[in-house]
Amino acid sequence: MSDLGELYQQVILDHNRNPRNFKQLESANRRAEGNNPLCGDRIQLYVQVEGGTISDIGFQMPQGSGCAISKASASLMTEAVKGKPAQDAETLFAAFRDMLAGGAIAPGKLAAFSGVRAFPSRIKCANLAWHALHAALQNSAAPVTTESAKDF
Amino acid sequence: MLDTRRIRPDFPILAQQENGHRLVYLDNAATSQKPRKVIDAIVHYYSFHNANVHRGAYALAVAATDAYEAARTAVARYVNAWAREGVVFTRGTTESINLVAGSWGRANVRRGDSVVVTAMDHHSNIVPWQILCQEKGATVRMVEITEDGRIDLSDFGRALEAKPKIVAFPYVSNSLGTVNPAAQLSKLAHAAGAVTVVDGAQSSPHLRVDVQAIDCDFYALSGHKMLAPMGSGALIAKPALLEAMPPYHGGGEMIERVWDDHSTWNKIPHKFEGGTPNVEAAVGLGAAITYLEQLGLDKVAAHEQELARLAIERLSQIEGITIYGPRDHRAGVVPFTYGDIHPHDLATILDRDGVCIRAGHHCTQPLMRRLGVAATARASFYIYNDVDDIDALVTAVRKAGELFGVPA
Repeated sequence: MSDLGELYQQVILDHNRNPRNFKQLESANRRAEGNNPLCGDRIQLYVQVEGGTISDIGFQMPQGSGCAISKASASLMTEAVKGKPAQDAETLFAAFRDMLAGGAIAPGKLAAFSGVRAFPSRIKCANLAWHALHAALQNSAAPVTTESAKDF
Repeated sequence: MLDTRRIRPDFPILAQQENGHRLVYLDNAATSQKPRKVIDAIVHYYSFHNANVHRGAYALAVAATDAYEAARTAVARYVNAWAREGVVFTRGTTESINLVAGSWGRANVRRGDSVVVTAMDHHSNIVPWQILCQEKGATVRMVEITEDGRIDLSDFGRALEAKPKIVAFPYVSNSLGTVNPAAQLSKLAHAAGAVTVVDGAQSSPHLRVDVQAIDCDFYALSGHKMLAPMGSGALIAKPALLEAMPPYHGGGEMIERVWDDHSTWNKIPHKFEGGTPNVEAAVGLGAAITYLEQLGLDKVAAHEQELARLAIERLSQIEGITIYGPRDHRAGVVPFTYGDIHPHDLATILDRDGVCIRAGHHCTQPLMRRLGVAATARASFYIYNDVDDIDALVTAVRKAGELFGVPA
Protein backbone atom coordinates (compact mmCIF):
# COMPACT_ATOMS: atom_id res chain seq x y z
CA MET A 1 0.00 0.00 0.00
CA SER A 2 2.94 2.35 0.58
CA ASP A 3 3.62 3.09 -3.09
CA LEU A 4 -0.10 3.59 -3.65
CA GLY A 5 0.04 6.08 -0.80
CA GLU A 6 2.91 7.80 -2.62
CA LEU A 7 0.86 7.96 -5.81
CA TYR A 8 -2.41 9.07 -4.27
CA GLN A 9 -1.06 11.58 -1.77
CA GLN A 10 -3.58 13.51 0.26
CA VAL A 11 -3.02 16.68 -1.77
CA ILE A 12 -3.79 14.76 -4.98
CA LEU A 13 -6.93 13.19 -3.57
CA ASP A 14 -8.03 16.61 -2.34
CA HIS A 15 -7.50 18.33 -5.70
CA ASN A 16 -9.24 15.42 -7.43
CA ARG A 17 -12.28 15.85 -5.24
CA ASN A 18 -12.22 19.67 -5.19
CA PRO A 19 -10.40 20.83 -8.29
CA ARG A 20 -9.34 24.49 -8.20
CA ASN A 21 -9.95 26.86 -11.13
CA PHE A 22 -12.40 24.29 -12.47
CA LYS A 23 -14.23 26.71 -14.71
CA GLN A 24 -14.70 27.83 -18.26
CA LEU A 25 -13.05 31.20 -18.81
CA GLU A 26 -15.15 33.18 -21.28
CA SER A 27 -12.53 35.91 -21.51
CA ALA A 28 -9.63 33.53 -22.25
CA ASN A 29 -7.42 34.68 -25.10
CA ARG A 30 -5.62 31.32 -25.26
CA ARG A 31 -7.29 27.93 -25.34
CA ALA A 32 -6.15 24.38 -25.83
CA GLU A 33 -7.62 20.93 -25.77
CA GLY A 34 -5.75 17.88 -24.52
CA ASN A 35 -6.65 14.26 -25.27
CA ASN A 36 -5.33 10.95 -24.10
CA PRO A 37 -6.98 8.69 -26.66
CA LEU A 38 -5.80 5.52 -24.96
CA CYS A 39 -7.66 6.11 -21.72
CA GLY A 40 -10.12 8.80 -22.72
CA ASP A 41 -8.81 11.64 -20.55
CA ARG A 42 -9.89 14.99 -22.00
CA ILE A 43 -9.16 18.51 -20.85
CA GLN A 44 -10.25 21.95 -22.04
CA LEU A 45 -7.85 24.63 -20.89
CA TYR A 46 -8.57 28.37 -20.84
CA VAL A 47 -5.78 30.89 -20.29
CA GLN A 48 -5.92 34.65 -20.03
CA VAL A 49 -2.52 36.15 -20.85
CA GLU A 50 -2.00 39.87 -20.25
CA GLY A 51 1.36 41.52 -20.83
CA GLY A 52 3.12 38.17 -20.83
CA THR A 53 1.57 37.13 -17.53
CA ILE A 54 -1.04 34.44 -16.90
CA SER A 55 -3.66 36.62 -15.25
CA ASP A 56 -6.31 33.91 -15.09
CA ILE A 57 -6.60 30.23 -15.95
CA GLY A 58 -9.33 27.63 -15.83
CA PHE A 59 -9.94 24.08 -16.99
CA GLN A 60 -12.76 21.67 -17.56
CA MET A 61 -12.93 17.95 -17.99
CA PRO A 62 -16.12 16.49 -19.43
CA GLN A 63 -17.96 14.41 -16.82
CA GLY A 64 -15.92 11.36 -15.90
CA SER A 65 -13.19 11.98 -18.45
CA GLY A 66 -10.41 12.72 -16.01
CA CYS A 67 -8.76 10.27 -13.65
CA ALA A 68 -7.56 11.45 -10.24
CA ILE A 69 -4.01 11.99 -11.48
CA SER A 70 -4.93 14.04 -14.56
CA LYS A 71 -7.53 16.11 -12.74
CA ALA A 72 -5.35 16.84 -9.68
CA SER A 73 -2.42 17.62 -11.93
CA ALA A 74 -4.50 20.13 -13.90
CA SER A 75 -5.80 21.68 -10.69
CA LEU A 76 -2.37 22.03 -9.08
CA MET A 77 -0.94 23.34 -12.34
CA THR A 78 -3.48 26.15 -12.49
CA GLU A 79 -2.57 27.13 -8.92
CA ALA A 80 1.13 26.99 -9.69
CA VAL A 81 1.04 29.21 -12.80
CA LYS A 82 -1.73 31.69 -12.03
CA GLY A 83 -0.29 35.20 -11.77
CA LYS A 84 3.08 34.08 -13.11
CA PRO A 85 4.84 35.17 -16.30
CA ALA A 86 4.21 32.71 -19.14
CA GLN A 87 7.95 32.14 -19.26
CA ASP A 88 7.93 30.88 -15.66
CA ALA A 89 5.09 28.51 -16.48
CA GLU A 90 7.20 26.95 -19.24
CA THR A 91 10.09 26.60 -16.77
CA LEU A 92 7.78 24.86 -14.28
CA PHE A 93 6.56 22.54 -17.02
CA ALA A 94 10.18 21.61 -17.79
CA ALA A 95 10.82 20.93 -14.09
CA PHE A 96 7.61 18.87 -13.78
CA ARG A 97 8.38 16.81 -16.86
CA ASP A 98 11.93 16.32 -15.68
CA MET A 99 10.70 15.04 -12.33
CA LEU A 100 8.38 12.50 -13.98
CA ALA A 101 11.27 11.36 -16.18
CA GLY A 102 13.25 10.55 -13.02
CA GLY A 103 14.92 13.91 -12.41
CA ALA A 104 14.87 16.32 -9.48
CA ILE A 105 11.72 16.89 -7.45
CA ALA A 106 9.66 19.79 -8.81
CA PRO A 107 9.08 22.81 -6.58
CA GLY A 108 6.17 23.37 -4.21
CA LYS A 109 3.05 21.25 -4.26
CA LEU A 110 4.04 19.82 -7.65
CA ALA A 111 6.36 17.54 -5.67
CA ALA A 112 3.24 15.53 -4.78
CA PHE A 113 3.46 13.93 -8.22
CA SER A 114 6.86 12.35 -7.62
CA GLY A 115 5.01 9.13 -6.73
CA VAL A 116 3.78 8.86 -10.33
CA ARG A 117 7.30 7.90 -11.36
CA ALA A 118 6.72 4.40 -9.96
CA PHE A 119 3.67 4.03 -12.24
CA PRO A 120 4.88 4.48 -15.85
CA SER A 121 1.38 3.87 -17.22
CA ARG A 122 0.16 6.98 -15.40
CA ILE A 123 2.83 9.51 -16.42
CA LYS A 124 0.77 10.60 -19.42
CA CYS A 125 -2.13 11.37 -17.08
CA ALA A 126 0.05 13.70 -15.01
CA ASN A 127 1.52 15.45 -18.06
CA LEU A 128 -1.68 16.00 -20.00
CA ALA A 129 -2.68 19.39 -18.56
CA TRP A 130 0.87 20.72 -18.87
CA HIS A 131 1.04 19.81 -22.54
CA ALA A 132 -2.27 21.60 -23.05
CA LEU A 133 -0.86 24.67 -21.26
CA HIS A 134 2.23 24.60 -23.43
CA ALA A 135 0.05 24.45 -26.55
CA ALA A 136 -2.13 27.30 -25.28
CA LEU A 137 0.87 29.51 -24.58
CA GLN A 138 2.28 28.71 -28.02
CA ASN A 139 -1.13 29.67 -29.39
CA SER A 140 -1.31 26.34 -31.12
CA ALA A 141 -4.79 25.65 -32.41
CA ALA A 142 -4.35 21.91 -32.88
CA PRO A 143 -5.52 19.75 -29.96
CA VAL A 144 -2.62 18.07 -28.19
CA THR A 145 -2.74 14.36 -27.81
CA THR A 146 -0.63 12.09 -25.65
CA GLU A 147 -0.02 10.04 -28.76
CA SER A 148 1.64 12.81 -30.75
CA ALA A 149 3.95 14.39 -28.19
CA LYS A 150 7.07 12.28 -28.11
CA ASP A 151 8.03 13.19 -24.58
CA PHE A 152 4.70 12.65 -22.89
CA MET B 1 -17.56 -25.57 -12.29
CA LEU B 2 -14.29 -26.53 -13.96
CA ASP B 3 -11.52 -27.97 -11.81
CA THR B 4 -9.20 -24.96 -11.92
CA ARG B 5 -6.63 -26.73 -9.71
CA ARG B 6 -5.98 -28.98 -12.71
CA ILE B 7 -6.23 -26.24 -15.31
CA ARG B 8 -4.07 -23.53 -13.74
CA PRO B 9 -0.77 -25.50 -13.89
CA ASP B 10 -1.25 -25.72 -17.67
CA PHE B 11 -0.67 -21.95 -17.91
CA PRO B 12 2.98 -21.06 -17.21
CA ILE B 13 2.25 -17.34 -16.81
CA LEU B 14 -0.10 -17.96 -13.87
CA ALA B 15 2.85 -19.20 -11.80
CA GLN B 16 4.39 -15.75 -11.77
CA GLN B 17 3.59 -12.86 -9.49
CA GLU B 18 2.21 -9.41 -10.25
CA ASN B 19 3.55 -6.76 -7.89
CA GLY B 20 4.38 -9.41 -5.29
CA HIS B 21 0.93 -11.04 -5.38
CA ARG B 22 -0.65 -14.06 -7.02
CA LEU B 23 -1.41 -13.02 -10.62
CA VAL B 24 -5.16 -12.52 -10.79
CA TYR B 25 -5.71 -12.15 -14.52
CA LEU B 26 -9.19 -10.75 -15.17
CA ASP B 27 -8.67 -9.13 -18.58
CA ASN B 28 -9.62 -12.13 -20.66
CA ALA B 29 -11.96 -10.19 -22.91
CA ALA B 30 -8.83 -8.35 -24.08
CA THR B 31 -6.71 -11.45 -24.54
CA SER B 32 -6.42 -14.85 -22.91
CA GLN B 33 -3.33 -16.50 -21.49
CA LYS B 34 -1.84 -19.48 -23.34
CA PRO B 35 -1.58 -23.06 -22.12
CA ARG B 36 1.64 -25.04 -22.39
CA LYS B 37 0.06 -27.23 -25.11
CA VAL B 38 -0.37 -24.21 -27.41
CA ILE B 39 3.13 -22.90 -26.69
CA ASP B 40 4.53 -26.40 -27.29
CA ALA B 41 2.61 -26.77 -30.55
CA ILE B 42 4.29 -23.63 -31.91
CA VAL B 43 7.74 -24.78 -30.75
CA HIS B 44 7.08 -28.22 -32.21
CA TYR B 45 6.04 -26.73 -35.53
CA TYR B 46 9.25 -24.72 -35.86
CA SER B 47 11.37 -27.56 -34.51
CA PHE B 48 10.08 -30.23 -36.88
CA HIS B 49 7.76 -29.01 -39.66
CA ASN B 50 8.67 -25.50 -40.78
CA ALA B 51 8.56 -24.86 -44.53
CA ASN B 52 6.44 -22.67 -46.76
CA VAL B 53 2.98 -24.10 -47.30
CA HIS B 54 1.16 -25.13 -50.49
CA ARG B 55 4.17 -24.98 -52.77
CA GLY B 56 7.12 -27.17 -51.80
CA ALA B 57 7.52 -30.48 -53.60
CA TYR B 58 9.39 -31.99 -50.68
CA ALA B 59 8.25 -33.89 -47.60
CA LEU B 60 8.87 -31.07 -45.14
CA ALA B 61 6.67 -28.67 -47.10
CA VAL B 62 3.98 -31.31 -47.23
CA ALA B 63 4.18 -31.68 -43.44
CA ALA B 64 3.88 -27.90 -42.98
CA THR B 65 0.89 -27.79 -45.33
CA ASP B 66 -0.73 -30.69 -43.52
CA ALA B 67 -0.29 -28.93 -40.16
CA TYR B 68 -1.78 -25.72 -41.55
CA GLU B 69 -4.73 -27.45 -43.20
CA ALA B 70 -5.38 -29.59 -40.12
CA ALA B 71 -5.85 -26.34 -38.20
CA ARG B 72 -8.42 -25.25 -40.80
CA THR B 73 -10.31 -28.50 -40.27
CA ALA B 74 -10.23 -27.87 -36.50
CA VAL B 75 -11.70 -24.37 -36.90
CA ALA B 76 -14.39 -25.70 -39.22
CA ARG B 77 -15.35 -28.35 -36.67
CA TYR B 78 -15.20 -25.91 -33.76
CA VAL B 79 -17.84 -23.53 -35.15
CA ASN B 80 -19.66 -26.14 -37.31
CA ALA B 81 -18.69 -24.32 -40.51
CA TRP B 82 -20.59 -24.99 -43.74
CA ALA B 83 -17.42 -26.43 -45.27
CA ARG B 84 -13.71 -26.32 -44.51
CA GLU B 85 -13.27 -24.27 -47.71
CA GLY B 86 -15.39 -21.67 -45.96
CA VAL B 87 -12.68 -21.06 -43.35
CA VAL B 88 -10.27 -18.27 -44.34
CA PHE B 89 -7.33 -17.71 -42.03
CA THR B 90 -6.84 -14.07 -41.06
CA ARG B 91 -4.97 -12.11 -38.40
CA GLY B 92 -8.11 -11.97 -36.29
CA THR B 93 -11.62 -10.59 -36.08
CA THR B 94 -10.62 -7.12 -37.26
CA GLU B 95 -9.04 -8.40 -40.44
CA SER B 96 -11.93 -10.80 -41.02
CA ILE B 97 -14.47 -7.98 -40.89
CA ASN B 98 -12.31 -5.74 -43.05
CA LEU B 99 -12.12 -8.58 -45.55
CA VAL B 100 -15.91 -8.76 -45.79
CA ALA B 101 -16.21 -4.97 -46.04
CA GLY B 102 -13.39 -4.71 -48.57
CA SER B 103 -14.54 -7.58 -50.76
CA TRP B 104 -18.27 -8.36 -50.44
CA GLY B 105 -19.03 -4.81 -49.36
CA ARG B 106 -17.17 -3.04 -52.15
CA ALA B 107 -18.72 -5.36 -54.74
CA ASN B 108 -22.29 -5.06 -53.49
CA VAL B 109 -22.90 -1.83 -51.57
CA ARG B 110 -23.96 1.13 -53.70
CA ARG B 111 -24.81 4.79 -53.23
CA GLY B 112 -27.90 5.20 -51.07
CA ASP B 113 -27.62 1.73 -49.49
CA SER B 114 -27.38 1.23 -45.76
CA VAL B 115 -25.30 -0.98 -43.48
CA VAL B 116 -26.70 -1.78 -40.04
CA VAL B 117 -24.50 -2.05 -36.94
CA THR B 118 -25.44 -1.87 -33.26
CA ALA B 119 -24.56 0.59 -30.53
CA MET B 120 -22.84 -2.22 -28.62
CA ASP B 121 -20.47 -3.12 -31.43
CA HIS B 122 -16.72 -2.99 -30.99
CA HIS B 123 -14.97 -0.37 -33.13
CA SER B 124 -13.75 -3.22 -35.34
CA ASN B 125 -17.36 -3.94 -36.35
CA ILE B 126 -18.16 -0.25 -36.89
CA VAL B 127 -15.19 1.48 -38.49
CA PRO B 128 -14.76 -0.88 -41.49
CA TRP B 129 -18.43 -0.23 -42.37
CA GLN B 130 -17.98 3.52 -41.97
CA ILE B 131 -15.00 3.43 -44.34
CA LEU B 132 -17.00 1.35 -46.85
CA CYS B 133 -20.06 3.60 -46.65
CA GLN B 134 -18.00 6.78 -47.02
CA GLU B 135 -16.43 5.35 -50.15
CA LYS B 136 -19.77 4.28 -51.61
CA GLY B 137 -22.02 7.13 -50.52
CA ALA B 138 -23.94 4.68 -48.34
CA THR B 139 -25.10 5.11 -44.74
CA VAL B 140 -24.21 3.39 -41.48
CA ARG B 141 -27.36 2.90 -39.37
CA MET B 142 -26.61 2.23 -35.71
CA VAL B 143 -29.29 0.27 -33.84
CA GLU B 144 -29.94 1.46 -30.29
CA ILE B 145 -29.67 -0.62 -27.13
CA THR B 146 -32.20 -0.95 -24.33
CA GLU B 147 -31.74 0.39 -20.80
CA ASP B 148 -30.52 -3.00 -19.59
CA GLY B 149 -27.96 -3.42 -22.35
CA ARG B 150 -29.59 -5.50 -25.07
CA ILE B 151 -30.09 -4.79 -28.74
CA ASP B 152 -33.35 -2.83 -29.05
CA LEU B 153 -35.38 -5.17 -31.26
CA SER B 154 -37.92 -2.52 -32.25
CA ASP B 155 -35.15 -0.24 -33.43
CA PHE B 156 -33.53 -3.22 -35.15
CA GLY B 157 -36.83 -3.76 -36.97
CA ARG B 158 -36.99 -0.09 -37.99
CA ALA B 159 -33.44 -0.26 -39.34
CA LEU B 160 -34.40 -3.27 -41.46
CA GLU B 161 -37.21 -1.34 -43.13
CA ALA B 162 -34.57 0.47 -45.21
CA LYS B 163 -33.57 -2.92 -46.70
CA PRO B 164 -29.91 -2.73 -45.68
CA LYS B 165 -27.31 -4.62 -47.68
CA ILE B 166 -25.41 -5.75 -44.60
CA VAL B 167 -26.42 -6.30 -40.97
CA ALA B 168 -23.50 -6.61 -38.54
CA PHE B 169 -23.71 -7.37 -34.83
CA PRO B 170 -21.71 -8.98 -32.03
CA TYR B 171 -22.71 -12.42 -30.76
CA VAL B 172 -21.39 -11.39 -27.33
CA SER B 173 -20.70 -7.79 -26.33
CA ASN B 174 -17.16 -7.17 -25.09
CA SER B 175 -18.27 -4.18 -23.03
CA LEU B 176 -21.53 -5.46 -21.52
CA GLY B 177 -21.26 -9.23 -21.71
CA THR B 178 -24.67 -9.43 -23.41
CA VAL B 179 -25.25 -12.66 -25.32
CA ASN B 180 -27.33 -11.58 -28.30
CA PRO B 181 -29.98 -13.79 -29.94
CA ALA B 182 -27.81 -14.29 -33.02
CA ALA B 183 -30.09 -16.73 -34.83
CA GLN B 184 -33.13 -14.50 -34.37
CA LEU B 185 -31.26 -11.38 -35.54
CA SER B 186 -29.89 -13.22 -38.55
CA LYS B 187 -33.33 -14.51 -39.51
CA LEU B 188 -34.85 -11.02 -39.33
CA ALA B 189 -31.97 -9.57 -41.34
CA HIS B 190 -32.30 -12.24 -44.01
CA ALA B 191 -36.02 -11.59 -44.30
CA ALA B 192 -35.10 -7.99 -45.11
CA GLY B 193 -32.67 -9.18 -47.78
CA ALA B 194 -29.39 -8.43 -45.97
CA VAL B 195 -26.31 -10.55 -45.47
CA THR B 196 -25.29 -10.92 -41.83
CA VAL B 197 -21.85 -10.47 -40.33
CA VAL B 198 -21.38 -11.76 -36.79
CA ASP B 199 -18.49 -10.50 -34.67
CA GLY B 200 -17.55 -13.68 -32.85
CA ALA B 201 -14.51 -12.33 -31.00
CA GLN B 202 -16.18 -12.71 -27.59
CA SER B 203 -18.38 -15.72 -28.30
CA SER B 204 -15.83 -18.08 -29.83
CA PRO B 205 -13.72 -18.45 -26.66
CA HIS B 206 -16.65 -18.93 -24.34
CA LEU B 207 -19.67 -20.60 -25.96
CA ARG B 208 -20.45 -23.55 -28.17
CA VAL B 209 -20.79 -21.78 -31.52
CA ASP B 210 -22.77 -23.27 -34.40
CA VAL B 211 -22.69 -20.93 -37.40
CA GLN B 212 -25.13 -23.13 -39.32
CA ALA B 213 -27.65 -22.94 -36.50
CA ILE B 214 -27.20 -19.16 -36.28
CA ASP B 215 -27.46 -19.13 -40.07
CA CYS B 216 -25.35 -16.00 -40.44
CA ASP B 217 -23.40 -15.41 -43.66
CA PHE B 218 -20.05 -14.38 -42.19
CA TYR B 219 -18.59 -15.12 -38.77
CA ALA B 220 -15.33 -13.57 -37.56
CA LEU B 221 -13.13 -14.85 -34.73
CA SER B 222 -9.79 -14.09 -33.07
CA GLY B 223 -7.52 -16.84 -31.82
CA HIS B 224 -5.74 -14.82 -29.15
CA LYS B 225 -8.86 -14.51 -27.00
CA MET B 226 -9.29 -18.30 -27.02
CA LEU B 227 -5.87 -19.54 -25.84
CA ALA B 228 -4.24 -19.27 -29.28
CA PRO B 229 -1.44 -16.95 -30.44
CA MET B 230 -1.91 -13.30 -31.28
CA GLY B 231 -2.24 -12.88 -35.03
CA SER B 232 -4.37 -16.01 -35.42
CA GLY B 233 -7.96 -15.80 -36.51
CA ALA B 234 -10.48 -16.75 -39.14
CA LEU B 235 -13.37 -15.66 -41.26
CA ILE B 236 -15.99 -18.39 -41.56
CA ALA B 237 -18.38 -17.88 -44.45
CA LYS B 238 -20.90 -19.59 -46.65
CA PRO B 239 -18.78 -21.00 -49.49
CA ALA B 240 -21.08 -19.72 -52.26
CA LEU B 241 -20.59 -16.17 -51.01
CA LEU B 242 -16.82 -16.54 -50.95
CA GLU B 243 -16.88 -18.01 -54.46
CA ALA B 244 -18.67 -14.95 -55.80
CA MET B 245 -16.50 -12.41 -53.97
CA PRO B 246 -13.53 -10.61 -55.52
CA PRO B 247 -10.14 -11.13 -53.84
CA TYR B 248 -9.09 -8.98 -50.91
CA HIS B 249 -5.30 -8.98 -51.03
CA GLY B 250 -3.44 -9.65 -54.26
CA GLY B 251 -0.21 -11.62 -54.20
CA GLY B 252 1.22 -15.10 -54.18
CA GLU B 253 -0.87 -18.12 -53.24
CA MET B 254 -4.19 -16.46 -54.08
CA ILE B 255 -3.77 -16.79 -57.86
CA GLU B 256 -4.41 -19.52 -60.38
CA ARG B 257 -2.61 -18.01 -63.41
CA VAL B 258 -0.85 -14.67 -63.72
CA TRP B 259 -0.71 -13.14 -67.19
CA ASP B 260 1.08 -9.91 -68.11
CA ASP B 261 -1.99 -7.78 -67.63
CA HIS B 262 -4.44 -9.85 -65.60
CA SER B 263 -4.74 -12.89 -63.37
CA THR B 264 -7.19 -15.59 -62.46
CA TRP B 265 -7.88 -16.64 -58.92
CA ASN B 266 -7.16 -19.69 -56.85
CA LYS B 267 -10.01 -21.73 -55.31
CA ILE B 268 -11.51 -20.67 -52.01
CA PRO B 269 -10.31 -20.26 -49.31
CA HIS B 270 -6.85 -19.69 -50.86
CA LYS B 271 -8.23 -16.85 -53.01
CA PHE B 272 -8.33 -14.82 -49.79
CA GLU B 273 -4.99 -15.90 -48.37
CA GLY B 274 -2.47 -13.95 -50.43
CA GLY B 275 1.11 -14.11 -49.19
CA THR B 276 2.80 -16.57 -46.85
CA PRO B 277 0.32 -17.20 -44.06
CA ASN B 278 1.00 -17.20 -40.33
CA VAL B 279 1.32 -20.96 -40.12
CA GLU B 280 2.50 -21.02 -36.49
CA ALA B 281 -0.60 -19.04 -35.51
CA ALA B 282 -2.88 -21.48 -37.30
CA VAL B 283 -1.11 -24.43 -35.69
CA GLY B 284 -1.43 -22.77 -32.28
CA LEU B 285 -5.11 -22.12 -32.93
CA GLY B 286 -5.61 -25.78 -33.77
CA ALA B 287 -3.96 -26.78 -30.47
CA ALA B 288 -6.10 -24.27 -28.55
CA ILE B 289 -9.26 -25.71 -30.09
CA THR B 290 -8.23 -29.22 -29.06
CA TYR B 291 -7.65 -27.97 -25.50
CA LEU B 292 -11.05 -26.24 -25.34
CA GLU B 293 -12.87 -29.21 -26.87
CA GLN B 294 -11.34 -31.50 -24.25
CA LEU B 295 -12.69 -29.25 -21.50
CA GLY B 296 -16.07 -29.03 -23.22
CA LEU B 297 -17.48 -25.67 -24.32
CA ASP B 298 -20.69 -26.11 -22.36
CA LYS B 299 -18.64 -26.52 -19.17
CA VAL B 300 -16.50 -23.52 -20.11
CA ALA B 301 -19.60 -21.36 -20.56
CA ALA B 302 -21.16 -22.57 -17.31
CA HIS B 303 -17.92 -21.94 -15.40
CA GLU B 304 -17.62 -18.35 -16.59
CA GLN B 305 -21.28 -17.59 -16.07
CA GLU B 306 -21.02 -18.82 -12.49
CA LEU B 307 -17.94 -16.66 -11.86
CA ALA B 308 -19.69 -13.64 -13.36
CA ARG B 309 -22.80 -14.28 -11.27
CA LEU B 310 -20.69 -14.53 -8.12
CA ALA B 311 -18.64 -11.42 -8.97
CA ILE B 312 -21.81 -9.40 -9.63
CA GLU B 313 -23.34 -10.63 -6.39
CA ARG B 314 -20.24 -9.79 -4.33
CA LEU B 315 -19.50 -6.44 -6.00
CA SER B 316 -23.15 -5.37 -5.70
CA GLN B 317 -22.83 -5.61 -1.92
CA ILE B 318 -20.40 -2.68 -2.02
CA GLU B 319 -22.26 0.60 -1.86
CA GLY B 320 -21.48 2.88 -4.77
CA ILE B 321 -20.83 0.09 -7.27
CA THR B 322 -22.80 0.19 -10.53
CA ILE B 323 -22.83 -2.93 -12.71
CA TYR B 324 -23.60 -2.54 -16.42
CA GLY B 325 -25.25 -5.02 -18.74
CA PRO B 326 -28.27 -7.30 -18.57
CA ARG B 327 -29.19 -9.47 -15.59
CA ASP B 328 -29.31 -12.66 -17.61
CA HIS B 329 -28.13 -13.81 -21.04
CA ARG B 330 -24.67 -12.64 -20.22
CA ALA B 331 -21.20 -14.10 -20.58
CA GLY B 332 -18.26 -13.84 -18.18
CA VAL B 333 -17.82 -10.08 -18.55
CA VAL B 334 -18.52 -7.79 -15.59
CA PRO B 335 -18.34 -4.05 -16.34
CA PHE B 336 -18.64 -1.70 -13.37
CA THR B 337 -17.95 1.73 -11.96
CA TYR B 338 -17.39 2.61 -8.32
CA GLY B 339 -18.66 5.94 -7.00
CA ASP B 340 -16.68 8.75 -8.57
CA ILE B 341 -13.43 6.79 -8.69
CA HIS B 342 -12.16 6.91 -12.23
CA PRO B 343 -11.73 3.40 -13.70
CA HIS B 344 -8.05 4.10 -14.44
CA ASP B 345 -7.42 4.82 -10.80
CA LEU B 346 -9.29 1.62 -9.90
CA ALA B 347 -7.17 -0.38 -12.33
CA THR B 348 -3.94 1.07 -10.90
CA ILE B 349 -5.01 0.32 -7.33
CA LEU B 350 -6.15 -3.22 -8.16
CA ASP B 351 -2.91 -3.93 -9.99
CA ARG B 352 -0.98 -3.33 -6.77
CA ASP B 353 -2.78 -6.40 -5.41
CA GLY B 354 -1.98 -8.39 -8.54
CA VAL B 355 -5.46 -7.96 -9.99
CA CYS B 356 -5.40 -7.14 -13.73
CA ILE B 357 -8.59 -5.57 -15.06
CA ARG B 358 -9.29 -3.35 -18.04
CA ALA B 359 -10.28 0.29 -17.61
CA GLY B 360 -11.40 2.53 -20.42
CA HIS B 361 -13.88 2.63 -23.27
CA HIS B 362 -13.13 -0.95 -24.41
CA CYS B 363 -13.14 0.16 -28.07
CA THR B 364 -16.87 0.86 -27.77
CA GLN B 365 -17.13 4.66 -27.68
CA PRO B 366 -20.70 4.80 -29.10
CA LEU B 367 -21.79 2.47 -26.29
CA MET B 368 -20.00 4.53 -23.62
CA ARG B 369 -21.83 7.65 -24.82
CA ARG B 370 -25.13 5.83 -24.42
CA LEU B 371 -24.22 4.58 -20.96
CA GLY B 372 -23.32 8.16 -20.09
CA VAL B 373 -19.83 7.26 -18.88
CA ALA B 374 -16.37 8.05 -20.24
CA ALA B 375 -15.03 4.71 -19.12
CA THR B 376 -15.81 1.61 -17.10
CA ALA B 377 -13.75 -0.95 -15.22
CA ARG B 378 -14.17 -4.46 -16.59
CA ALA B 379 -13.39 -7.83 -15.07
CA SER B 380 -13.65 -10.73 -17.52
CA PHE B 381 -13.21 -14.39 -16.72
CA TYR B 382 -11.86 -17.52 -18.33
CA ILE B 383 -11.27 -21.16 -17.62
CA TYR B 384 -8.40 -20.67 -15.14
CA ASN B 385 -10.17 -18.09 -12.97
CA ASP B 386 -11.63 -19.25 -9.68
CA VAL B 387 -13.38 -18.04 -6.56
CA ASP B 388 -10.04 -16.92 -5.08
CA ASP B 389 -9.72 -14.49 -7.99
CA ILE B 390 -13.11 -13.00 -7.16
CA ASP B 391 -12.09 -12.68 -3.50
CA ALA B 392 -8.96 -10.81 -4.59
CA LEU B 393 -11.01 -8.56 -6.90
CA VAL B 394 -13.56 -7.68 -4.26
CA THR B 395 -10.92 -7.09 -1.56
CA ALA B 396 -8.92 -4.79 -3.85
CA VAL B 397 -12.03 -2.85 -4.89
CA ARG B 398 -12.88 -2.28 -1.21
CA LYS B 399 -9.33 -1.02 -0.65
CA ALA B 400 -9.76 1.47 -3.48
CA GLY B 401 -12.92 2.71 -1.81
CA GLU B 402 -11.06 3.25 1.46
CA LEU B 403 -8.20 5.07 -0.25
CA PHE B 404 -10.52 7.40 -2.14
CA GLY B 405 -12.93 7.81 0.75
CA VAL B 406 -15.95 6.49 -1.11
CA PRO B 407 -18.76 6.18 1.44
CA ALA B 408 -18.97 2.51 2.41
